[in-house]
Amino acid sequence: MVTVNGKPVEAAGMTAAALVEAQGYACAQVAVECNEEIIPKAELGSTVIRDGDVVEIVRFVGGG
Amino acid sequence: MEDTLKLGGREFHSRFILGSGKYSLSLIEAAVQYAGAEIITLAVRRANTQEHENILDYIPKGVTLLPNTSGARNAQEAVRIARLARELGCGDFVKIEIMRDTKYLLPDNAETIKATEILAKEGFVVMPYMYPDLNAARDLVNAGAASVMPLAAPIGSNKGLATREFIQILIDEIDLPVIVDAGIGRPSQACEAMEMGAAAVMSNTALATAGDLPAMAEAFRKAVEAGRSAYLSGLGRVLERGGAPSDTLTGFLHD
Repeated sequence: MVTVNGKPVEAAGMTAAALVEAQGYACAQVAVECNEEIIPKAELGSTVIRDGDVVEIVRFVGGG
Repeated sequence: MEDTLKLGGREFHSRFILGSGKYSLSLIEAAVQYAGAEIITLAVRRANTQEHENILDYIPKGVTLLPNTSGARNAQEAVRIARLARELGCGDFVKIEIMRDTKYLLPDNAETIKATEILAKEGFVVMPYMYPDLNAARDLVNAGAASVMPLAAPIGSNKGLATREFIQILIDEIDLPVIVDAGIGRPSQACEAMEMGAAAVMSNTALATAGDLPAMAEAFRKAVEAGRSAYLSGLGRVLERGGAPSDTLTGFLHD
């Protein structure tokens, strides 16, 4: 089990890019962190998410 | 010589920084246009499957993005958010915002100094939101900040220049752009901050809670421009007491 944005997701073994897309986001519009380390955009397709990983997928929203 | 605001090796003609929070994405373009803004702030949040619209699609090209670190409670969290913001691919500018207090949303200056030092070393153009304290501002200068952003009043309060005297001290003593952030609720307050010598004013809630957002954005633009012109002109003096006639004191009919 992998934790994605605080929720449990069956994603072990997927690449980060596949996980982002499976969650309904476009890789170009988000930044991804795995266990508090940023996965650079260029490495999303080659980074494999492992069981127990904590993944954060973030984007820009309005703010002051 | 042209009067520009210099930040992170760039020059800006506008001295009004626009927030993008708490109003519809469809109003952003008009807000930027009427405000004449060249810098807009954003926040970083967890992606949410319910909302698919991308705020970046609504921001006119050429506007500099200034992500904030809102939500950070300490330096470490602010650094983490700043790095994610940069990974989102929109430049090196970051507004550090670190709050432990959720009632008044007051910034933690000590943690802000720590985060500024780390991020400046990583090449960020660091613009720290801060409580207007001269010692903290000097520490931020030494930590590599590109500006300081003292609060006028609590975030979102629209209460105006509650910290006026302390912001004036920063303007007088700090050799970086002093950008008045948070609490500015009316164009007249933005104008006053600029008359005092602030390098720029940032506002979000004053516009987001106004009756007509684009019209208020325009009012702020004019107020900031008027205040800047007044500052550059040199304000007239204030008399301690008594009056001084504006007309000549000779040639009266009774002489």
